[in-house]
Amino acid sequence: MSSEQKPFVTDDTQVQTETRDARMAGADDRFNSKLREAFGSSPFILTKFDKFMNWVRGSSMFMLQFGIACCSIEMMHTYAIKHDLDRFAAGVPRASPRQADVIIVPGTIVSKFAPRMKRVYDQMPEPKFVVGMGSCTISGGPFQEGYNVIKGAEEVIPVDIHIPGCPPRPEALIYGIAKLQERIANGESSPVTVKPYELEQFGDLERDEIVDKLAAQIDEDDLVMRYNWADSP
Amino acid sequence: MSLEEQQPDDDPAELEAAVSRGDELAELLGDLVIGREEHMNAPGLVVRPDEVQEALFKLRDEAGFDHLSCLTAQEYEDRYESIYHLTSFDDRTDEVSVVVPTSKDNPVSQSAEPVYRTADWHEREAYDLVGIQYEGHPDLRRILLPETWQGHPLGLDYDQERPQIATLREHANPLEKDQRAEQGNTMYVNIGPHHPATHGVLHVETVVDGEQVVDLNPDIGYLHRCEEQMCQQGTYRHQIMPYPDRWDYISAGLLNEWAYARAAEDLADIDVPEYAQIIRTLGAELCRIASHMIALGTFALDVYGDFTAIFMYAMRDREIVQNILEDLTGQRMMFNYFRLGGVVWDLPEPREEFFEKIRDFLDGLPEALEEYHDMITSNEILQARTVGTGVLPPEVAKSYGATGPVARGSGIDYDLRRDDSYGYYDELDWDVVVEDGCDNFSRLLVRMREVEESAKIIQQCVDLLEDWPEDERNIQSNVPRTLKPDEDTEIYRAVEGAKGELGIYIRADGTDKPARFKIRSPCFSNLQTLPEMSEGEYIPDMIASLGSLDIVLGEVDR
Ligand code: SF4
Repeated sequence: MSSEQKPFVTDDTQVQTETRDARMAGADDRFNSKLREAFGSSPFILTKFDKFMNWVRGSSMFMLQFGIACCSIEMMHTYAIKHDLDRFAAGVPRASPRQADVIIVPGTIVSKFAPRMKRVYDQMPEPKFVVGMGSCTISGGPFQEGYNVIKGAEEVIPVDIHIPGCPPRPEALIYGIAKLQERIANGESSPVTVKPYELEQFGDLERDEIVDKLAAQIDEDDLVMRYNWADSP
Repeated sequence: MSLEEQQPDDDPAELEAAVSRGDELAELLGDLVIGREEHMNAPGLVVRPDEVQEALFKLRDEAGFDHLSCLTAQEYEDRYESIYHLTSFDDRTDEVSVVVPTSKDNPVSQSAEPVYRTADWHEREAYDLVGIQYEGHPDLRRILLPETWQGHPLGLDYDQERPQIATLREHANPLEKDQRAEQGNTMYVNIGPHHPATHGVLHVETVVDGEQVVDLNPDIGYLHRCEEQMCQQGTYRHQIMPYPDRWDYISAGLLNEWAYARAAEDLADIDVPEYAQIIRTLGAELCRIASHMIALGTFALDVYGDFTAIFMYAMRDREIVQNILEDLTGQRMMFNYFRLGGVVWDLPEPREEFFEKIRDFLDGLPEALEEYHDMITSNEILQARTVGTGVLPPEVAKSYGATGPVARGSGIDYDLRRDDSYGYYDELDWDVVVEDGCDNFSRLLVRMREVEESAKIIQQCVDLLEDWPEDERNIQSNVPRTLKPDEDTEIYRAVEGAKGELGIYIRADGTDKPARFKIRSPCFSNLQTLPEMSEGEYIPDMIASLGSLDIVLGEVDR
């Protein structure tokens, strides 16, 4: 795609498609496949090494410093003294998504923020894990009926662990993280249930009333996210 | 319009005073007034949509209404209406509502922005959510919803089931190849919406020239959770109370709940027993401490740049407060503890232990504060970063409707707990903290000193509660099972939240749910001052200013 003429149509279409394909093709692609590529499929040592890598991964997790709403206050408490998530080898918040393995999604996601969150997620290097904190990331929580609220983080990115609560107590968050570590160490990953709110090209959308209305304003090649409340759970 | 509506249950003397003040103002405005209304908090003057500025100028310059507290927009069956809730920084109880009706097919009204700068964002919000257009507004765009949004969600005929589309065009890729303009040497930088210094999901569009900020524009709406819609869907008695906890979610829950409780209690004429008022005051001040602690911690985080000792210390003290609040309410953050007419339950048993716990905390507080002062306010680095930066002169602060610690840090002696007293505050002995440095440092200092004042209040509340006779511990008055305030009663009431004046407008329509529920959030107005403080300054000073405003996005966007 030529980024000269259309400054905002990005090349991350490709990134996104790859991410999506990886998600859909098979669960375990979320684990580092580079090693597999290098060693081929056979050697005994690879399994062991894989296991070792999984254990390492679970035992040293860099969290993304990412606050959205109320739940992030409890998340801060989890990082800070008393609860101190660092004791469980998971408490180093990184400010840049490029350095993080785990993103905790702590709060309500609204239509304006969803594309941004998706981008932050896409910027994280693989393998990456998502912890959904609070009812808002499960279903929209107390704001589910809101006109502007995304009904759960899984509409936008895949979630490995859901922690219910409004907000969950720090202990609950720690339990969730510990569970995530356990799963990583065992090499398990969650089924991916992302709903179809992947980014779409505007031109590909079905022509309904709203698309027609916007057709003049939006470029055919623009990436858009579409929120179809009626189809949401 | 409720011209003939008299509030039978209102205090007659108060009503009379309001009416005569209304007459006085109507006389002042002369022909500009085309009708009168009576709101429960203030007289209402109806003004033609093309004469708004003239009327407001007169009220501001000749009657002393220098504070546009809130702008409520709403749609009726037959018209749109904008209500400007005016009051004054010197006398908070002197209020007037300027009501501007506009027709259904041409909802255009004159902008108030030349009179009050704060009207800028308020009118954008009214346009965004309700669909009234303001003529002469400098920049009438959507503010909370994405640009591509179709329809105005708080209008009467809005269809929520319709699909919506958000483009990535507004969310330009920050990793895009450099784009260079032919001329000029400024640079455009996006700060946020995911950035550690923005305290949540705020997006600041900045143009920098070297290290200096040339132009700055806060872009909000990344946490617009439809709070007003939620409250309009809930019944007065129980379904609304959980939401205020989530406006200013930095543990300021009880302060927010009080805003709703106060408005609804006045609307439905409910009394609150004295004992419950003391418990409310106690809880609210604990929340204020918790909230200021986080302001302190994150401010240090912004200025020093890492999870340093100060942040951890602040969190330590917050944990203690949260424990106390948990004992009281059963939750760490989302308390849902107030009920209309009182609180949900009495203090936890054994009471002695509870009081003991609070006393322990209060006893340790002076030492803790000493420590903060050692580490923060007397630290040379911090002083260099904050003294004389982010200057907000009082007139500018007033014109933007800044309240709370931000206003008090600019030397404006304005605190609703004293000026428009509620709860048990006027019986207690405490002071309003004012600093007149107008800079980041003063705002920080105001918060730290307010913690001491809150501690004083809590101390007195504990003493009172301890000696309260056992058979008079009445925590709730009798409240009807379903509340149905009379049709067309309107009220705007505010309390002093952790961040400033938190106001609520409710219009009842005779059912058990509000017809219009509007939240006036202090952070929304405070954040508007950011460009004023930062343009021409250095980037790091902008970050410090943002930290010292202590915004919380849940309340900015609602
Ligand atoms: S789950 Fe509750 S506490 Fe968490 S972000 Fe949502 S509303 Fe806030």
